[in-house]
Amino acid sequence: MKTEVEIISGRTLDQGETVEEKLTEDYFKAVSYCELSEEDFGTLELSDGDRVKVKTEFGEVVVFAVKNKDLPKGLVFIPMGPYANMVIDPNTDGTGMPQFKGIKGSVEKTDEKVKSVKELIEVI
Amino acid sequence: MAEEAEKLVNVICTFCGSVCDDVQFDVEKYKGKKFCKLGGSKFSKKERIKSPMIDGKEVSYEDAIEKAAEILVNAKRPLLYGWASTVNEAIRLGVILAERVGGIYDQCASVCHAPGTLALIEEGVPGGSLGQIKNRADMVVFWGSNPMEAHPRHPVRYSVRAKGLLIKSRKDRKVVVIDVRKTKSANMADLFIRIKPGYDYPIISALRALIKGEEDAVPDEVGGVSKAQLKELAEMMKSAKYGAILYGLGVTQSRGRDRNIENAIKLIQLLNRHTRWIIWPMRGHYNVVGAGEVPAWETGFTYAIDFSRGYPRFSPGEFSANEVLQRGDCDAALVIASDPAAHFPRASVAHLKKIPVIQIDPFPNMTTLVSDVVIPSAIAGIEAEGTAYRMDGIPFRVKKVIDTDYWSDEEILKLILEKVNEKLSAEEVV
Repeated sequence: MKTEVEIISGRTLDQGETVEEKLTEDYFKAVSYCELSEEDFGTLELSDGDRVKVKTEFGEVVVFAVKNKDLPKGLVFIPMGPYANMVIDPNTDGTGMPQFKGIKGSVEKTDEKVKSVKELIEVI
Repeated sequence: MAEEAEKLVNVICTFCGSVCDDVQFDVEKYKGKKFCKLGGSKFSKKERIKSPMIDGKEVSYEDAIEKAAEILVNAKRPLLYGWASTVNEAIRLGVILAERVGGIYDQCASVCHAPGTLALIEEGVPGGSLGQIKNRADMVVFWGSNPMEAHPRHPVRYSVRAKGLLIKSRKDRKVVVIDVRKTKSANMADLFIRIKPGYDYPIISALRALIKGEEDAVPDEVGGVSKAQLKELAEMMKSAKYGAILYGLGVTQSRGRDRNIENAIKLIQLLNRHTRWIIWPMRGHYNVVGAGEVPAWETGFTYAIDFSRGYPRFSPGEFSANEVLQRGDCDAALVIASDPAAHFPRASVAHLKKIPVIQIDPFPNMTTLVSDVVIPSAIAGIEAEGTAYRMDGIPFRVKKVIDTDYWSDEEILKLILEKVNEKLSAEEVV
């Protein structure tokens, strides 16, 4: 099962706290998840610790699924960093700024493993 | 107690653009006091790059710098990127180096607040300092900005609970948060307005129409916000004595980008016919302002600057790091005080993996994994001193409070520049 979403990325306290320790487990935990609304979490029949594959026309990435009761249906949030950057829109429309927020895509449940930071850079 | 006090030194935080100047650091325990979670992590012990490296092998600083100079001189058009987490003295040398090697200077704002720079080129910026916000602002609007997670002490020191000359308590100030999701910052607001992603521009236009008295031009709902709520917000803004829109990456990184800010500046211009309003970006890295202002001293431009013709040219559509990398327009890169391998889209990182990369940074990160030459540096604000501009452009002298064997960014760049000059002079003689 798959659900259509709009993806945004952004800073979190945990991401900021570990940003100078990118090769550690703490940073991996801080950036390798995707927050979904309660409704989308239920539609995809997800449980805590499940993984989801986030896909856009620019790429795909497997991350952990996290429920966020404050998110509206259809909006998902991935902390800024290498996982979000696998799926965001690299085009800058002449401004120099890729579109890090508001990218159309889909989310589906998966059994695939979440790659480590080092594995992620290998597949680029 | 006396012994305890002696270990504490006053420092200036070198994490975010708030550049807190009221924090302390215990040099014996290597532990901060009064910091937020972000600053506390900056001023704590973490894994460092142990030694300069070439192709993963440990070498001396001199050898790594020699190799870095060789890469830069041999490249037709190197990209020199980063700069937001180092001091102005180092940035100054970086600009000279970019010019000398005919390269491209770009900095972290290019994936952060640079769209705001494009907007102010068009419209100017009705701005103010953090002190003015603290002392005068009776209304603060955080638009696409989440200070509780990105600038945790900003609300306390300047913008929400700060007590100032005219603002005596939290009750004297109205706080509005506008965002696509209910962030941690939304909880501190008197009014939270959730908007649809990518609808900042039409919402700003609607507010302009309402403030101009052209209510009929506004439909019943704009970008997920009812007309009634927009009217309430417009009225609040007009009634404020001194208002501030503090915007974040929610506005600059989504649909509309620079045009969103341009429209917001026009809204501020309109409000200033009725009362006093300012607009200001919530800058991220502690010296990202310096990374823009220092190149502007010489070139007049703050980012995306190409020196390949011997004189500076500014064009974000051509010379910003992501455009350059995605088109394969650079054949080497020097990355300092930044981690583009983690923070750029994969299409840009793919080219970074193909070219020789020189990294200068205190900490190992994803760019370290793709770098050919790695040069570890001292941490500015702890192990190296220099000048940084706070998010509102106020300069601070960040301190060296601990001795280290690591070289400062300034020392490293000075020697790279010397080596580059030697090599280029030799070529010119031949």
